Amino acid sequence: MTYLLQQTLNALQLGSIYALIALGYTMVYGILTMINFAHGDFFMVGAFVCFVVVTFLDLPFLPALLLSMAGVTVLGVMVERVAYKPLRQAPRVSAIITALGVGIFLENFTLALNPYPKHIPPLIANTSWTFGGITISSLQCTIIILSIVLMVLLDFLVQRTKVGMAMRAISWDKAVVPLMGVPVNFVISITFAVGSGLGGAAGMMYGMAYPVIDPYMGIMVGWKAFISAVVGGIGNVRGAMIGGYILGVLEIMVAAFLPSTYRDFVAFSLLIVLLIFRPYGIFGKPRPQKV
Amino acid sequence: MKMKLWIYTCIVVSLIFVSGCQKGGDDTIKVGLIAELTGDIPAVGASCKNAAEMAVKEINESGGIDVGGKKYKVQLFVEDSASKPDQAASAAQKLITQQNVLAIIGPNSTSNALPASEIAESSKVVLISPWSTNPKTTLDAKGGAPKQFVFRACFIDPFQGGVVAKFARESLKAKKAAVLYDVASDYNKGIAEFFKKTFEEKGGQVTAFETYTTNDKDFSAQLTKIKSTGPDIIFLPNYYNEVPLQVQQAHRLGIKSIFIGSDSWGSQDLTKLCGKDCDGYYFSTHYSAESASPAAKKFIQAYTSGYGNTPDDVAALTYDSFGLFRQALSGLAKPDRQSLRDGLTKIAEYKGVTGDMRFQPGSGDPVKGAVIMQIKDGKFAWFTDAKP
Repeated sequence: MTYLLQQTLNALQLGSIYALIALGYTMVYGILTMINFAHGDFFMVGAFVCFVVVTFLDLPFLPALLLSMAGVTVLGVMVERVAYKPLRQAPRVSAIITALGVGIFLENFTLALNPYPKHIPPLIANTSWTFGGITISSLQCTIIILSIVLMVLLDFLVQRTKVGMAMRAISWDKAVVPLMGVPVNFVISITFAVGSGLGGAAGMMYGMAYPVIDPYMGIMVGWKAFISAVVGGIGNVRGAMIGGYILGVLEIMVAAFLPSTYRDFVAFSLLIVLLIFRPYGIFGKPRPQKV
Repeated sequence: MKMKLWIYTCIVVSLIFVSGCQKGGDDTIKVGLIAELTGDIPAVGASCKNAAEMAVKEINESGGIDVGGKKYKVQLFVEDSASKPDQAASAAQKLITQQNVLAIIGPNSTSNALPASEIAESSKVVLISPWSTNPKTTLDAKGGAPKQFVFRACFIDPFQGGVVAKFARESLKAKKAAVLYDVASDYNKGIAEFFKKTFEEKGGQVTAFETYTTNDKDFSAQLTKIKSTGPDIIFLPNYYNEVPLQVQQAHRLGIKSIFIGSDSWGSQDLTKLCGKDCDGYYFSTHYSAESASPAAKKFIQAYTSGYGNTPDDVAALTYDSFGLFRQALSGLAKPDRQSLRDGLTKIAEYKGVTGDMRFQPGSGDPVKGAVIMQIKDGKFAWFTDAKP
């Protein structure tokens, strides 16, 4: 029993990170119906920004978190302006290929700066508490709580604010909403900024939990977060959070009870099975098609 | 007008390429180097390249290698394998067909050395891997017979896995051991199995034999499983960029066992990435800068003054690979691929930086010893020797 609880805790940590990244995929898809495959690399940049500010500026936890988020936010908005905006009227596949290209550019740019894996020094005092055989570390608590706080804030932004309403409206109908006087470009920029910012926060938390970072770290994690977003129903914010936790639990339990080689196999099988039986995800709704 | 300019540019550029190919006259020997300069283990590639350039410079400054009464200078061609098997293979292909090298030194990691050695073997070009310890590197993929043209400067995993298991049983008095290894990499998988075999033969018990795949970052599930079996030691035969993650996550889960590792720990990057978490742990490796012979001390001094850090095992083994190459060549009548191969098998004894070695009859694997190191305050300290 304690073994199972310990594994659940491990799953919560991993799931929180997947959920945070999945939010970036889901928000961009919701508003632009485009999958930003560079998002995993935004996440990687977040970890590197954290490494730079912590190592060279010697900043503590909170400023480092804010700077990582800000750095990736700026990057996200810039990439949207330079790479995606000119393609807004183009076929959707062009935008997806561009996103893949942006991702490869970011990886190789980081690689060209310095190919060595980097170590993020510990930002919070590493203490572990043991309750009846279950060990919880301060880091694990921080990651889980911070992710949940960020997700609650996002949910508030989307459901309760004017910008959130505009986001939901644009995702519903991109053609009519501008006629109501909604500044579409501004709302899209905000969406990118928020999605990327969450990716940056996830990058930093991942860098703290798994402190050896390298330019390719975003690829696999990005795919896993993408699966989370699809599982939850891509375009649906709450679905992405649930999807992240589902994948986290699934992966940890596979590694705990089956050979760990099955881990990625099970994750990708989940994607395939879902696409066959419920292509719009657990919480997604099928979009009305105009004929 | 613009068109003309383009044509001239093209002609000039192609002339440069053509003349580039013909550079190096009759009195130079071309040697290829394949190193992991980018990718997962760039520290290994950097050490290998540094040591190779140093070795070549030394040979050329001493006037070159005397082959059949004529002095030959060495020209080095460096290729990056990016730590990817396919790129290692194409690097070997390029060195052999385009640069027409006499021999190839490298690649270092087994996953890269395997495909590169297949190509070298089929093209009948000598390949010396400094650091690949998996037995398969020098064995034929189909029949299992020794390859004719593939050699290495390091010991092999059955020996190393045995040394570590024996050390854990006898010196650390461990009864229960757990293993966590990368199942997708030939090196990690091989050594984990050899460790398990010897540890059980010596009366120990392997309580958990857990796996992961390359680039995994989260080991919490496997480590939780390992923790529940309560091992005395945990063997991590994994690369220096992954071991810190595993050790730190284990500590966060409250695991207090002793960690031991293999020669893939031997980069100073390990302690940079691991910090205090790795202090007090042991690993087996090829040589120790502290217990080195006078000849080795000279190498260590030269390397340290040239590159600003103590040479790790990859640097020392690369240097020894060039030493083997040089010693094999100097007894020959002419520098061709077949006679170089014969020359290597005939080396009676080579006194290298990483110890004395000779090749086993009919095999490219040398007979040599290992050392066990302990990590103390972020430094590698000699702990004990292990003879074959």
